[in-house]
This record gives sequence, structure tokens and C-alpha cells, in this order.
Amino acid sequence: MADSGASVNAREAGGELVIGLKGAWTVRSVAALDQAMAAIRPGGARKARFDLSGLVTVDSAGAWLIARTRGALAAAGVEVKLEAADEHQKALIDKVLAAGLPEPRGRLPHHYLIDILARVGRALIEAIKLGRDLLSFFGAVVIGFLRLFVEPRRIRFVSLISHIEQTGLNAMPIIGLISFLIGVVLAYQGADQLRQFGAEIFTVNLVGVSVLREMGILLTSIIVAGRTGSAFTAQIGTMQVNEEVDALRTLGLDPLDVLVLPRVIALIIALPLLTFYSDILALLGGGVACVTLLGMSVQQFLTQLQAAVTMTHFLVGLSKAPVFAAIISMVGCFEGLRVTGSAESVGRLTTKSVVEALFLVIVFDAFFSVVFSYLHI
Amino acid sequence: MTETPTISIRGLVTRFGEQTVHDGLDLDVRRGEVLGVVGGSGTGKSVLLRTVVGLNRPAAGRIEVLGQDTGHLSEGAWRSLEARWGVLFQSGALFSSLTVAENIMVPLKEHGHLPGRLMAELTALKVAMVGLPPDAGDKFPSQLSGGMKKRAGLARALALDPELLFLDEPTAGLDPIGAAAFDELIRSLQQSLGLTVFMVTHDLDSLSAICDRIAVLVDKRIKVDTMEHLLEDPHPWIRSYFHGPRGRAARHAEA
Repeated sequence: MADSGASVNAREAGGELVIGLKGAWTVRSVAALDQAMAAIRPGGARKARFDLSGLVTVDSAGAWLIARTRGALAAAGVEVKLEAADEHQKALIDKVLAAGLPEPRGRLPHHYLIDILARVGRALIEAIKLGRDLLSFFGAVVIGFLRLFVEPRRIRFVSLISHIEQTGLNAMPIIGLISFLIGVVLAYQGADQLRQFGAEIFTVNLVGVSVLREMGILLTSIIVAGRTGSAFTAQIGTMQVNEEVDALRTLGLDPLDVLVLPRVIALIIALPLLTFYSDILALLGGGVACVTLLGMSVQQFLTQLQAAVTMTHFLVGLSKAPVFAAIISMVGCFEGLRVTGSAESVGRLTTKSVVEALFLVIVFDAFFSVVFSYLHI
Repeated sequence: MTETPTISIRGLVTRFGEQTVHDGLDLDVRRGEVLGVVGGSGTGKSVLLRTVVGLNRPAAGRIEVLGQDTGHLSEGAWRSLEARWGVLFQSGALFSSLTVAENIMVPLKEHGHLPGRLMAELTALKVAMVGLPPDAGDKFPSQLSGGMKKRAGLARALALDPELLFLDEPTAGLDPIGAAAFDELIRSLQQSLGLTVFMVTHDLDSLSAICDRIAVLVDKRIKVDTMEHLLEDPHPWIRSYFHGPRGRAARHAEA
């Protein structure tokens, strides 16, 4: 089967070009014949004849080579005949000819520097458009939210509670475990450095302040963005693909009320609670590390902790939680609603939603730090 | 041409857990014919197709396709056998991350080893042969209508010029005009490419328009005959299928 014995032989005899084809002209053998067939030129001949008597089998790829050469010869003003083609072969070649001679379109000339520039430009415009859309979505959510105060019965309580359970309660094991371990790591690494100055006791300050101000909220937000933001996009995106969102609209229900607001409000309630929980467990982790690994007494740890942290530290961390919750949930819902057509875009936008949410969370965290330092908090 | 059937099934038994779908099913598909497979919902039409192309393992029975016993083939022999048939799935099953042209190139790249330019030409030819406009090649599946997706799926199934074509509900979800055009397309490709077609369908118009024989799945087995003979069949399901209002309408349109 591998050697199909396919060959082509073109010779000119008495002003007539005779092209003899032999063997099996199939998709498996045409690669070798492509060059030879493309190289056939009419020369001085005014007539050409395809001699197909040696042809064993031909499929549409083989027929395409014949049709292509025939077309090229005809375009050069040569009269072409097919000879000894059996019924089936002739039907196939006719079918290929009838399909037309497709011209593979050449690529436009391009320069790689210009390509890079064009790509950067396109990405920038996309990013600006995205920012605009996100802002207008934010506006719509705020309006929807305010409307709830006027018409409180629009709140979907069942949905709201179910989302609090999914985003808050169900996230507790993983957030607890990670927070505890980060507390341990912070204490251990901090103690290692501070020991050099004989200031091991300040490990407690390091753990206390950094956990309450930054680590607790940031850690929780990152886990929630990965866990819940992506879930929001995937849930709403799948509904988009199934036209469920359109179905809601035709039933007179606003997807903003039904899908977006319960998720946003649920996360705004759940994330501060999770942050508090994460703070406690990270402090616990730090405490366990201090006591077991560094040989502090529990008494010592608690006294030092009380001296190191104030209510302000705790409130600074916690105050960021509702903002980050709003960012994560809104980005998740926004990307979910942007899904169109295929299931493939659900996957793509889910990834995007997590990356965007994390980016915005960190940007806002930096912004908070600057503001708090101005305010001397 | 010796009369070894293109597909020969003997004593096929398919089970999903407790449920037996086919029980001792026999079927021959002759070379060069268009066989339509019909049956009520859940009688295992698509399962039969999937079993023949090797996506389901039968519980018992022997399936020969193109003279080879599919139950006992080496990996390599199976792959070269697979290259000799094409399958069109119900909704086209185009790879959504690839353009139509790239979809058609997938089997060509895998089995063909062709120079790039020739591959592009053959792809454009396949696009034209299934009646898609030339610019369809650059489009992604999500940009196509249902009928165009099916045509593109057909182009991919035909990429390697198979001898045998499996179609799963080719006209489902198409409007009557689109369905008739698709029937016409399958018929003309079948004639010019010399294909054997195994077609699962619900479409009575397709059955009467392009099928040489019809295989009816009833009572976990199959009954194969021409349309004329099946019309005389006393089996209650077959009677109600062909003599129901839709069956009558399809035959009147044909007459």
C-alpha cells in the first residue's frame, strides 16, 4: 500500500503534449506527484491529452492534481482532452472541476516589527474597551443595588443564602488550613531573621501586624478569586451558552437581579467573615509556631500580641474585605455574561476573570496602603 | 467486484449496565449503497454507529469493516483502518479552537504528509465540494450556522477520501430546504466518490430520497429492506413509522 507506483510522464509528440498517468493517485501518493504535475508546461504544444489508461485508482486529491494542471494548460490556451478515463474517474474529475479551482490566497506582506506594534495597539484598545465595559457594568450593579432599597422584595433570599453557603461556608476548610500554615511560615521565617538581633520576641509583632493588615485579607481574596470568581464566570457562562440568560430576559426577569446581585451581595457578606476567620487561624498558626518551635510560653505570646496589635490594625484589614468582595464577584459575573457562542469561550473567560480579579485586588490593595499611610492609620 | 459487504455485523450484543440495547443483531452493508438506519428514540441507532466505529465496545458479536475484524486489530492496523472511513457527528463536532480550514487539515496532517501548499489547495477543494463559500475556511465554528457546521464536518470527514462514510442524523436541526440540499449533496458525493454510506436518521424525506435500503431497529435487532417492502411489513412499530401522517407526507412528496 505504501508504494502506490504512482507516476506521471509528460512528453511532446507532434505538437501534442501527452501526459501519461500511472498507478494509484490517492491522498497518500499525491505528495510525490505534486511537483511533477506543477512543473508541466505546454511548451510549444497547442493540444494536450491526459492518458489515464494506466491509472489504477484516483481519489479527489489525485483528481485535484489532474484538474489543476488541466486548468493551468487551458489558461495557457491549450486544448485539453481526458482519455481513457473510466466512468467513475471521469465523474470524480468533473466533480472536482465543478467545485471550481480554488485559489489559495497568499498572505499579505508584513514586517515583524509592525506586527508587534499592531499587536500592542490591539491589546491596548481591547484593554481600554474592557475597562469601559467593566465600569459600565459596575454602574449597572450599583443602580441595581440601590433599587433593592426601594423595592426590597426584589432580593432573592433563597439564592442569596445558597451563595453565602457556597462561597463562605464551603470555603472555610481550605482557607482555614492555608491561613494556619501561612501563620506558621511567617513566624518561623521571621524568627530566623530576628534571632540575629536577639529580637525573637518581635516575631509576634511581625505575625500579628502583617496578618491583620495584609496577609489575612489578601490570602482570603486570592483563594476566593480562584475558587468563587471562577465559579461565577463558569456558572453564568454556561447559562449563556445554553441561552438560559436569554430565556430569563424573555420571561421578564433581569439577569442582573437574578444572577448578579445575589452573588455580589453574598460575597460582600461572606468575604469579611472569611477574612476574620482567616485572621484568627493565621494568628493561631503563628502562636503554635512561636510556642512549639521557638519555645515561647503561651502567656508570653499573648502578652506580646496584645501589646503589638491594636484594633486599628484589625479594622484596616477588615475594611478592605467588602471592596475586594465587590471586585471579585463583579469581575466574575461580568466575564460570565461576556461569554458568547461556544463552550470554549467559557474556559477562556474563566481564566481571564481570575487574572483580572487578582490584578484589580492587588491594585486596590496598593491604593489602600497609600491612602492609609497618608492618613497615618 | 467480489460481494464482500463493506460492513458485516454478526450476533452483536451491546449492554449498558443492566440494559441490553442490541441483542444478537445482524447487519450487512453492501459496497456502494446508502443505508439508512431508523428506529425509535433509545433503540440504539447512534450506539450502533458508535460501536461500528469503535467508540463503544460490544459485549459480544463480530464486526467486520472493509474486510477486517475490528475486534482483533493491532493499534497500527486500527489506525490505518480508521483512515479509510469518515464520521460526521450529529452537530458537526468541529474543533472549536480551530478554523474550518484547520479542522479539515487535521486528518490530512495526521495521515497525508503533504506539502503545505498542496494541503491548502486540497482543503479549499473540500470546502468547495461540500458547497461552502471560499471564505468559510477562515471562520471559526462558532461563526457558522448549523447547516454550515454540518457541511464543514462533512468536509473534514471526507478529507482523506474515505471509502465509507458514517453520518449521525445529518439533517437533524436543518430547515427543510437545507435538509434537502444536504441530502442532495450526500447523494452526489456518494456517487462521484463511490462512497458507502451508513446513515442514522430520523428524517423520512432523507430516507425516501437518498437511501437504497433501510435498516429498522426493532426489538433489539435489525430488519433491512427497501422502502417498498418495509411499507408492507406487518410489524406494528414499522407500520406506524411509515404509515403515520409524516411517513405518508414524505412518500407523497416523493411520488
